[in-house]
Amino acid sequence: MDSPLIELIDVKKSFGPVSVLKGVSLKVFPGKITALVGDNGAGKSTLIKGLAGVQPYDEGEVKFDGQPVALHNPREASRLGIEVVYQDLALCDNLDIVQNMFLGREETTLGTFDEGQMEREASETLRSLSVRTVKSVRQKVSSLSGGQRQTVAIARSVLKSARVVILDEPTAALGVAQTEQVLALVKRLAEKGVGVLMISHNLVDVFQVADYISVLYLGQMVASIETSATTSDDVVGYITGSKTYTGASI
Amino acid sequence: MSTTTTPQTPAPAPTPASDLIGSGQEGGIRDQVSAYLQRVRGGDMGGLPAIAGFVVLCILFTALSPYFLTERNFANLLTQAATLVMLAMALVFVILLGEIDLSAGVTSGVAMSLFVVLSDPGGLNLNWILALLVSLITGIVIGMFIGFFVARVGIPSFVVTLGLFLGFQGLQLIIIGDGGLYRIQQPEILAIQNSNMPDWAGWVMLVVMIAISLATSLLDRRRRTRAGVPNRTIALMWIRLVVIAVIAGIVIALLNQNRGTGFLAVSGVPIVVPITLFILWLGTFILDRTRFGRYLYAVGGNAEAARRAGIKVVGIKWAAFTVCSFLAVVSGVFSASKVGSVDAAFGRDIVLSGVAAAVVGGVSLFGGRGRLIHGAIGALVIAVITNGLGLLNLPGGVNFLVTGGVLILAATIDAVSRVRSGGSLIRR
Ligand SMILES: Nc1ncnc2c1ncn2[C@@H]1O[C@H](COP(=O)(O)OP(=O)(O)OP(=O)(O)O)[C@@H](O)[C@H]1O
Ligand SMILES: [Mg+2]
Repeated sequence: MDSPLIELIDVKKSFGPVSVLKGVSLKVFPGKITALVGDNGAGKSTLIKGLAGVQPYDEGEVKFDGQPVALHNPREASRLGIEVVYQDLALCDNLDIVQNMFLGREETTLGTFDEGQMEREASETLRSLSVRTVKSVRQKVSSLSGGQRQTVAIARSVLKSARVVILDEPTAALGVAQTEQVLALVKRLAEKGVGVLMISHNLVDVFQVADYISVLYLGQMVASIETSATTSDDVVGYITGSKTYTGASI
Repeated sequence: MSTTTTPQTPAPAPTPASDLIGSGQEGGIRDQVSAYLQRVRGGDMGGLPAIAGFVVLCILFTALSPYFLTERNFANLLTQAATLVMLAMALVFVILLGEIDLSAGVTSGVAMSLFVVLSDPGGLNLNWILALLVSLITGIVIGMFIGFFVARVGIPSFVVTLGLFLGFQGLQLIIIGDGGLYRIQQPEILAIQNSNMPDWAGWVMLVVMIAISLATSLLDRRRRTRAGVPNRTIALMWIRLVVIAVIAGIVIALLNQNRGTGFLAVSGVPIVVPITLFILWLGTFILDRTRFGRYLYAVGGNAEAARRAGIKVVGIKWAAFTVCSFLAVVSGVFSASKVGSVDAAFGRDIVLSGVAAAVVGGVSLFGGRGRLIHGAIGALVIAVITNGLGLLNLPGGVNFLVTGGVLILAATIDAVSRVRSGGSLIRR
C-alpha cells in the first residue's frame, strides 16, 4: 500500500465543554477515494474544517507526505495543495466560470488580468476532467444547473495542481443523472493521482466510488475499512452504533 | 494499489484552440449579434433601458420645447449633469457591494464647507490648492470612517450612513455658521464648470479617446492570441470605434458652435467633461482589469465565497467606501463650481438622486451587477428630466414625481431581470 498523503493522528477538537472530536485518526491516500461517513453531528464537517485550516484542531498531529505540518489558516492548507469543495459550493453567481475558477488567484501581467491565459487554463482543466456539458467558459454561473456548478467548484479545486481534494456532500442536492456525472468526475480526480476525501450520507454513492470507508461515530473513528471488505449493512451498523467493528484499521 | 501515482500538473503541450471549450467569442458578426440579443432577452440588459429612455426623453422634450435642442441648452445640460454623474459613479462602488452610502451628499457638503472656510480670502485665506487637498483628504477620512463601521464593526451601511447624513448636516452648520454662505472666489474652481476648452482641444480629446480605445483593444487581442484563445471578430472592434467616434464627434461639434448671447462668443467643450471622462475611464479600468475590481464584484455577488477564496472582504469593503466618499467630494467640487457658492445645505438633497441615477442606469441594488458607465448614463437620464421639465415651466413638484416614477420603474426592471437572468442559459 502507498504511504498516505495525509495522516491525522489522534486529533481532538472541543467547543467549550463539548468535545466534538475525541482523538480521531484518518489516512488519505494518493489516487484513492476515502469516504467519510457518520450520522448528523458526528463531527465530519469539524474534521475537514481542521484540514482546511479554517478551524484548527486543539490537539493531535497532522502529517502531510509523512512530514508533520501546521494548519492554522486556509492559506497554509492551500499552499500544501489541500483544496476543499464546500457543500454550499461558494461560487459567485454574478461572475463567469473562468472568473470563479480563478477567484483569488488570478493571472496578471503588470497588475492587469491575463484573461486569455485564464480562459485557456480553465478550459484545459475542464477538458482534462472530461467535462462535456459546459458550452462556454464565459457563461455566468447563475445560468448553470446544480450539477454544472458542482463541476465548476470541483474544477476550481484542481486548477492549481491540488494534491488532496476534500468534498463535503458533493451529490447532496443533485438528481440521478447529475449525481452520476459528479461521481464520475470524482473518480477522474483520483485517476489523476489526487487524494480524495469525500463526505457523504449516501451509501450507494459511497460504495460506487470509494476505495476506503472511514466511519465517525460521536467524535470517534469507529472503523476504517477497505470498501471491498465490508457491506452496506455493516457500515449502517457502525454509523448508528449498533455494530462494532473489530477488525484492523487500514 | 501498489504503483506510486504522482499528481499531474496540466500538460505542458498546449491544447489546440479547436479543442478548448467555447468562450462566446467565436463566430462572425451575425453570431455575436444573436448571442447579444439572446443575452438581452435573458434579462441581462445592462444600460440598454437607460439609453433608450435617454433617447426617448430627448425626442419628447425636443418636440415639446423649442429651447431644448439648442447648443446652449445642450452645454448647460452637460454641466448640470456633471455633479450627478460624478456622484452616481461614486455610489456605484458601494452599490456593487450591495451596500449604500446615504451620506455621500453631506460628505461633499462637509468637505466643501471646509474648502470655502479655509480658502476664504477675507478669512483664513489658505492657498486654494491646499484647501482642495484638505477637502479631498476629508473625503478619504470620512470614507474610511464609514468603512470601519460597516466592514469592521458590521453595522448595516444604511444605518451608519443615515446617522452620518444627520450628523454631518450639523457638522456642516458648525463649520459654515448659521445662515452662512460663502461664494467661490477661486477662478480655477469656477473654471471647471464655467469655462471651456479651446475648440481644437475638443478634437484632440476625441483623438486621444479613440487612440486609447484602439490601443487597449489591440493589446487585448494580442494577449488572447498569445494565449491561443479565439478573439472576437475584429469587425466588432471597428464598429465600436466608429460608433464612439461618431457620437463623441457630434457632441464635440455641437459644443464647438458659438452658443454665446450678444457679442461674446462662447464655444468649446466644458472643462468638466474631460475630467469626468478621465475618472470614468480610470475607474472602469480598475473595475474590469484589476484584482480590486474583480473582488468588488465577487464580494457583491457572494461575500462568503469571496472569503473562502482568500479575498480580504473587510479590506475590499473598506476601500470601496473610501473611493465612494472621495469621488463624492469630487462631485462636490463640480457642484460648487456650477453653483458658485457653498452654504449649510450644500449637498444635502442630491444623494437620493445619485442612488436613483445608478439604479436607473442599470446598477443592481442587490449588488454584484453594474458598471461605472451605467451610473453616468442614469445620471444623464435624470438630468435630462430635470432640464426638460424646467424648460416646460411646469410646477417644481412634477420633477420629483417623474424622477421618482422613473426610479421605481428602473428598480422593477432590475428585480425582474435578476429573476430572468438566473434562469436562462446566457453567454457572456
Ligand atoms: N462552532 C461550533 N460551536 C459549538 N459546537 C459546534 C460548532 N461546530 C460544530 N459544533 C458541534 O459539533 C458537533 C459536530 O458537528 P459537525 O458539523 O462536525 O457534524 P457533521 O458530522 O458534519 O454533521 P452533518 O452530517 O449534520 O453535517 C455537533 O454537535 C455540533 O453541534
Ligand atoms: Mg456537516
